[in-house]
Amino acid sequence: MSGFLIRRLLQAVVLLFIVSMIGFAILHLAPGGPLSQFAASGDMTQADLDRLSAQLGLDRPLPVQYVEWLWRLLGGDWGVSYRDQQPVLRIIAAHIGPTMELMLSSTLLAMLLGAWIGILGAIKRYSLFDSLATIGAMIALSIPTFWFGLVIIYVFSVGLGWLPAGNRYTVGDGSFLNRLHHLIGPCIVLALVSTAVWSRYMRSSMLEVINQDYIRTARAKGLSERYILVRHALRNALLPMITITGLQVPTLLSGALVTETVFTWPGMGRLFLDSISYRDYPTIMGILMLTAIMVLLGSLIADVLYGVADPRIERNGQ
Amino acid sequence: MSVVTPTSPQAVASSPRSRWNSPAIRRFRRHKLAVFGAATITLMVVACVFGPMLLPYNDTYIDIRQRFAPPFSGSHILGTDPLGRDILARLLMAGRISLSVGFSAMAVSIAIGICVGVIAGFYQGVVGAALMRFVDAMLCFPSIFLLLAISALIEPSVPSIVLLIAMTSWMEVARVVEAQIRSLRTRDFAVAAVSMGASNTRIMFRELLPNAIAPIVVAATLNVAHAILAESYISFLGYGIQPPTPSWGNMLEGAQSYLTSAPWLAILPGAAITLAVTSFNFIGDGLRDALDPRLDQR
Repeated sequence: MSGFLIRRLLQAVVLLFIVSMIGFAILHLAPGGPLSQFAASGDMTQADLDRLSAQLGLDRPLPVQYVEWLWRLLGGDWGVSYRDQQPVLRIIAAHIGPTMELMLSSTLLAMLLGAWIGILGAIKRYSLFDSLATIGAMIALSIPTFWFGLVIIYVFSVGLGWLPAGNRYTVGDGSFLNRLHHLIGPCIVLALVSTAVWSRYMRSSMLEVINQDYIRTARAKGLSERYILVRHALRNALLPMITITGLQVPTLLSGALVTETVFTWPGMGRLFLDSISYRDYPTIMGILMLTAIMVLLGSLIADVLYGVADPRIERNGQ
Repeated sequence: MSVVTPTSPQAVASSPRSRWNSPAIRRFRRHKLAVFGAATITLMVVACVFGPMLLPYNDTYIDIRQRFAPPFSGSHILGTDPLGRDILARLLMAGRISLSVGFSAMAVSIAIGICVGVIAGFYQGVVGAALMRFVDAMLCFPSIFLLLAISALIEPSVPSIVLLIAMTSWMEVARVVEAQIRSLRTRDFAVAAVSMGASNTRIMFRELLPNAIAPIVVAATLNVAHAILAESYISFLGYGIQPPTPSWGNMLEGAQSYLTSAPWLAILPGAAITLAVTSFNFIGDGLRDALDPRLDQR
């Protein structure tokens, strides 16, 4: 186990290194360049621009800039935002809470709903419910998240008046219930895609388990169908789902950005969009790196947990 | 409990004489949703190509007395937008843009994916490992974050948006192709080609690649769906296709502020995107079953 863990960690570090190079290259080789927003504003002379670029170290060769940037990154100095001169890490820290709240709550919703749909579909294979769930999942994966958000707002906020149309809480009322009420809409919107993914994988995982010998043995022993499903089948069918959840991180992050925009949710996605319109390079880089780290961590944790949960993995792990 | 796949005796007995009766096409046709998808896409393409010529209004005509006209209310079949432009005409013109962005981005991303995948799968070793780690690293960035980060830096135009989407969606194809080529490389026919003195390029692209075409076709179809979605996301967020050129995504850009007074502005383009993307996903699913019946259904 520890050998596997160390190998997996090393892989992640190497990958993170490549990720940092790609991110750095994308933002520094692009024709805009880090100083384009100052140049475009027009009230700076070329001399001013040159001085500024010397101050920020942008006049040195790219590899030198990269090594310095990476060194500072590792030391916890993620740069200072061009927009409000705050340290990037502090700005991100102020915005990551709402994003995590949204991601965790919708993951929970997607797990419960997706598992339920998947299990029911597997038990009643080829039934009307199963076909509808299959088609529904395909459509759910095809709907643009922002449009689903607009439809939810139109139906439940504009039409029925049940849900608030945006924001994290009503100004002046930060109570738990008020926050929960505001969370429902964005949570449903973000959970749509994950629910579809979960239900699909849950169904095939359950179908695989149901046809195993030990389930037949359990039936032969005369155990009740319900007991077999919950105690024998479900426990084993849920195992692969650990991996699915870990691999859902990039989809969830992308979805969160769009959901936050539609519901004016003050999270990291909104911060990213704002930073892009201000060409605030240090913040853009910071968020890009952080999302990549989260994706890597997601797959790492999924792999490790799966290894812990299923001892068979070690035998045939390379 | 085991379910036997129903194969009618006639289907087995009938000899596949005509091309339209080949097993793959029969499997595809049995997949009703895929047929539905193919029909919908054909219809959409025809409508977008010929539709604008048949309409009384073009997409830029501003009917100042008919601003915010709701659908089915007057001479504008699907209503008008805040400027008084005909929504049906705009939807069709936007469809031209969105669908062509989808197809072109797919073509470019498949080309990149095939090249990277074939080279990585054929040369393996250091080159292959380096290429595939690059693919892994690219996949670490959530797609919308990557799209937005790059799109903010370039001059937005239709070709640059196509390149942008292709640049961020070739990785899955590369993975599929790499796995295929790696396993095909050790087959007898590939070894035979080597012993006959065929050049590496010839083995890669003339011998191995044609045998890996089935999963590539599936990936290509799903990539069109992905590209249409990606275009709509970045255009909705304001960094994609720029007005006055209409696209399904940028038609939705200002729609949220009119959600109370003119909901059709948001509903219609979104429905068009969903229909197109769902259709491509259905086709991709059908092709997967048709081209590789051994593949287990997910």
